[in-house]
Parts: sequence; C-alpha cells; structure tokens
Amino acid sequence: MGKRTIHIESRTERLVAVREFVSVAARESGFPDDEVSKIALAVDEACTNIIKHAYKFDPTKEISVTVKNKTGALEIVITDTGIGFDPSRLQSPDMKEYLTHYRHGGLGVYLMKSLMDKVAYKINAGRRNEVHLTKYLPR
Amino acid sequence: MSEFKIALREHDTVHVLELKGYLDAHTAPTLEEAFQTLLKNQRYNIVVNCKDLSYISSAGLGVFMAYIEDVRKNKGDIKLSNMSAKVFNVFDLLGFPLLYEITKDEQDAVQKFLAAK
Repeated sequence: MGKRTIHIESRTERLVAVREFVSVAARESGFPDDEVSKIALAVDEACTNIIKHAYKFDPTKEISVTVKNKTGALEIVITDTGIGFDPSRLQSPDMKEYLTHYRHGGLGVYLMKSLMDKVAYKINAGRRNEVHLTKYLPR
Repeated sequence: MSEFKIALREHDTVHVLELKGYLDAHTAPTLEEAFQTLLKNQRYNIVVNCKDLSYISSAGLGVFMAYIEDVRKNKGDIKLSNMSAKVFNVFDLLGFPLLYEITKDEQDAVQKFLAAK
C-alpha cells in the first residue's frame, strides 16, 4: 500500500471519515479487528485535540492524516498548522485519582498513549505540527 | 454517517437512555443535552443502555464524568448496561468500571435502583 493521505476540514463531523480511512488502511495492513478499532480511536483522539486546541474549532483550517506502511508496523502522521500544543509534556493522569475525584478532560492523550505503541510530536507552532502514531503488527 | 441517537424510556423512577451509533466529539453534545434535561427535571436514577452503541471516544466518556458527581450528590447513580466488548474495552482501559456499575442487561440495572428504593 505504501503511503496515502486524507485531508479534512477541522470539523468534528469529519471524524467519522478519518476513522473509516484509517480503519481501511489498518485492515489492509493485516491488523485484526480489535487492533483496527484501537488505531482508529487513537487517530480520532489526535484529530479531536487538534480541532479543539490547535484550531479552536475554526472550520476553515485543515488536518492531514497520512498512513505509512512500514516493515511490521503502521505509522500514522497527523499534521496541522495550528497553535503549538505539545501534549507529550502533560503527565498521564493517575486514573484511580482521576476517577475518585471526578476529574474532567485530558483523557484523549492518555488514550492515545495506551492504545498505540509509540506516540511522538514534532511541534513548529503556527507552521507545521505533527503527531506520529505507530502500531506494530502482532506477531 | 456519524449518526447518533438517543431514545428515552422510563421504568417507574428509573430513566433509561438508549444510545445508538457513534459517540464522538461531534455527537457528545447530544448526550450532554440529554443528561442536562434529566438533571433539570431532577431525574437522578439513570441507566444508559449501550446495546447499539458502536463506538465511543474520550469525548463521550467525558460526558459521563461531567454528570456523575451531581447525580450521586442527589443520591442517584448512572449505571451502564448491554455494552459490546469493543465499547467495554475503552471503558476498561481507563478504569471506568471502578467508578461506574456496568451490568449485562438493562433490567439488572433497573432492578438495582428499584430494590434500593
């Protein structure tokens, strides 16, 4: 398959198209259904963060999602040109504390880290920000 | 299509929200409105039937977190039922079963409320 890209406007109604695009690619790469669901959810979370935090719901902005087949792995690169927000600096919440104190928000980044094997950020605020999500094929 | 629907039913003092479709950042406000309406009308015994819920992201999970404290302060609860393995896995990954009671069937959840009356 190599590499393919979808470009979407920064709107939450476009999340379904991203999930479908990523699910097809992951399935074609040989991931089983439960792993396909995890990858699609992680990409949804990355795009939702961009729509809310990097673009602040400005629907004129664009998000690009590129899937790359690598040996034994699928890499997804999500690109935006919004304000630089580097969630890798955020500490993962202690979920027990989070739940018992009825905390809100911040679950998307935690989910991405839990669902994927590797999460990396390249931030160049206002120019080009990238989130790299990698999942290894089960042996 | 990113379709999401909620049907509301009542069993005595228990209110059942039946979710259908995809619960993501786009559709979460619909669930938020449903909770707001229930709380405004002082309905605090809530069962969320997830039988036809095919997808949930953190935006959907956030709605449950946003209302559970108010509901419990008013001696009610949000119980979840009929969850598919796929949706349960997301709840489980975040430890939500520690905070929310998840039953196999809607009727089990309803009965727990009625038995506690």
